[in-house]
Amino acid sequence: MTNADAARSLVERHRLRWWEPVPWILAVAFFFAFPNHLGFGTELLITVLFALSLDLVLGYAGIVTLGHAAFFGVGAYTVGMMAKHGLWNEPISSLVIAAIMGALCGLASGLVLLRTVGLTLLMLTLCTMLLLEEAANLGHHWTGGFDGLDNVPIPPLFGIFEFSPLYPTTQYIYVLCVLFLCFLFLRTLVYSPFGESLTGIRENTLRMHAVGAPVRKRLVICYTISAAIAAIAGGLWAQSNAYVNLSTLSLDRAATVLILLVLGGYGRLYGAFVGAVAYMVLSHYLAKVYPTAWQLGLGLMLMVIALFARNGILGIFDSILRRVRGERAMS
Amino acid sequence: MLLGGLAAGMVLFIVSVGLSITMGLMGFVNLAHGGFAMLGGYVIVLSVNKLGVPFVPALALGFIVIAAVSVVFERLFYSRLYRAAELDQVLFTIGLVFVMISSVTLIVGPENQPLMLPAWLQGQIDLGFTTYRTYSIVLIAMGSLIMLGLWLGFERTRIGAQIRAAVDNRRMTETLGINIGRLFTIVFAFGSGMAALGGGLGAEFLGLDPQYALKYLVFFLIVVAVGGLGRITGVFFASLLIGVLDFVLKKYVPQGGTLFIFALTILLLLWRPQGLFGRNNA
Repeated sequence: MTNADAARSLVERHRLRWWEPVPWILAVAFFFAFPNHLGFGTELLITVLFALSLDLVLGYAGIVTLGHAAFFGVGAYTVGMMAKHGLWNEPISSLVIAAIMGALCGLASGLVLLRTVGLTLLMLTLCTMLLLEEAANLGHHWTGGFDGLDNVPIPPLFGIFEFSPLYPTTQYIYVLCVLFLCFLFLRTLVYSPFGESLTGIRENTLRMHAVGAPVRKRLVICYTISAAIAAIAGGLWAQSNAYVNLSTLSLDRAATVLILLVLGGYGRLYGAFVGAVAYMVLSHYLAKVYPTAWQLGLGLMLMVIALFARNGILGIFDSILRRVRGERAMS
Repeated sequence: MLLGGLAAGMVLFIVSVGLSITMGLMGFVNLAHGGFAMLGGYVIVLSVNKLGVPFVPALALGFIVIAAVSVVFERLFYSRLYRAAELDQVLFTIGLVFVMISSVTLIVGPENQPLMLPAWLQGQIDLGFTTYRTYSIVLIAMGSLIMLGLWLGFERTRIGAQIRAAVDNRRMTETLGINIGRLFTIVFAFGSGMAALGGGLGAEFLGLDPQYALKYLVFFLIVVAVGGLGRITGVFFASLLIGVLDFVLKKYVPQGGTLFIFALTILLLLWRPQGLFGRNNA
C-alpha cells in the first residue's frame, strides 16, 4: 500500500458502504414478518446494544474486561428501582438517568481500575461486578434481593403507546430507535480522531504515550461512554421486561456478551449485530432442546475461534472475500 | 474454631498453587484451571465410589490422570496461545471449560457426586486442647506438607531454580540454554495434577458437580491475584487468609461475607497490583 492509498483509505473509512443499511432493513422487516416473536426480537436488539458498548472498550480501546454486566445491571436497577419506588418512571427520561448513573459508575471505576493492566485489570473488573451483584443481593429492601423487582410500572411512551408484555410492539420499535441513535453516535465516535486514538492505544500503548496522547484520560472517557451505553441497554431491558433481577449483574451475562461479540468479530461495530443474531438464535432454539450439546458446541466453537479465527464470523467473511478478489486480480 | 477455615484454605491452596505458577510462569490466563480440578475430583471420587479404589491411591491416580491429560492439552493447544493476546487465552479457556462441563454432564450426569470417606478419616480426633473432625486435621497436615515440599522443591532443586528464573526473566533464562517449552509442559502438568488433587480432597465439603469448574473459579483467581503470581508462599498465605475469612464471616455475618471478600480483594489489588507477596518489578 502506497502512502496515497493509505491516505485515501483513512479519509474514506467513515463513508457509508452499500451493505450498511442491511441490518436496519432486516430489523424493520422482522417487525412485520414475525409479529409473534417480537419479545425475542426486543431481547436481541438490547443484546446488540450491550455488545456494541463492549465493542467500544474491547474492540477499539483494547480493554479486556470480564465485568461489563456491572453497567448493564446499574442501568437496569436504576430504571427498575426508580419506577418501583414511585420516584420516576417516564421511559425516555428514565433511560437518560440510567445512562448518567452508568456513566458515573464507569467514571468512578474507570479512574481507579484503568491504572492497572492485564490480569489485575481482568480481576478488578470481575470483582467490581461481583461486588455489585452481592450488594444488590443484600439490599433486598430496595432491590428485591434474590427475587428481584417484578411488575415494575412503566407508563405508556409519550403517554400514548402502551408497553404490553404480551404484544411487545411498542418495546420493539422503541428499542430499535434507541439502538439506532446509539449506533449513530458510536459510529461517529469510532471514526473520529478520538476513536482513532483509541485504536492507537490498543495497538501500541507505549507509542501513544510517546507521541504525547493522554492515554489514561482517553481510556477513562471511552470506558465512561461505554458504561453509559451499557446502562441504557440495561434500562431498556428493565423497561421492556418490566422486571429486574440479579441476572442483569451476573458473570453469565458478562461472559455471554463477550462471547457473542467475539463470535461476530470485535472492533468492527457490525460484529455485534452478527454475533448477537447468531448466538441468540442458536441458543434460543438449541439450548431449549439440547442444553448440554449447545454448551459443548459453544465451547468447541470458542476454542476454534481463539485458535484459528481471531476475527469471528465477519473476519472469516472478510478473508474469503479477500481471497476471491485476490484471485481475480491475479488471473 | 479456626480449624475449619484452615482446612478449606488448604484445599484452596492445593488447587490454586498450580494456577499461580502457570499464570506467573507463562503469563497465561488459564480459566480452565477449575475445570482440571473438577475433572480430577471426578476421577478421584468415581474411582473411590464406583471402583472401590482406596482413598489414597485414588488421589495419586487422579493426579497422574489429569497431569497426563493436561500434557496433551498443553502440547496441542495451550502452546499455540502463549504469545497470543489475553483475550484469545480467556476465550479459549472459557471454551475449554464449557466443553469439560458439558462432557462431564453427558457422561456422568449433572447431579452432585458425594465423596465417601474411608472409615479412618471419619469421626473426631482428640488434639489434646480440643477435638475436631479428623478429615479437617488431615487436610491441614497434608496442605502443610505439600507447602513444605513445594517450598523445598522450589528453593532447593534444579528444576525449581529454573522455574524461578523463568518467572523472573524469561528471555534471559532461555538465553542460558534452558528449554522453556519443556519446563512449561512439566509445570503445567504438575499444576493441573495439583488442581486434580485439590478437587478430590475438597469434594467432601465443596461438593462436586459439573458446575464446580466455574463456581469456584473466582475464588481460585482471587487467591492467585492476592497472593501474587508465581509466588508459592504468597498463594499459601492468601489461601489461608481467604479460607479462614470466608469461614469466619459465614459464621458471624452470613449475609455480607462474600461482599466483604470482594471488596477486600479490590482494595488489595489497587494497593498492590502485583499481589501481597509479589515483587514490585514482576
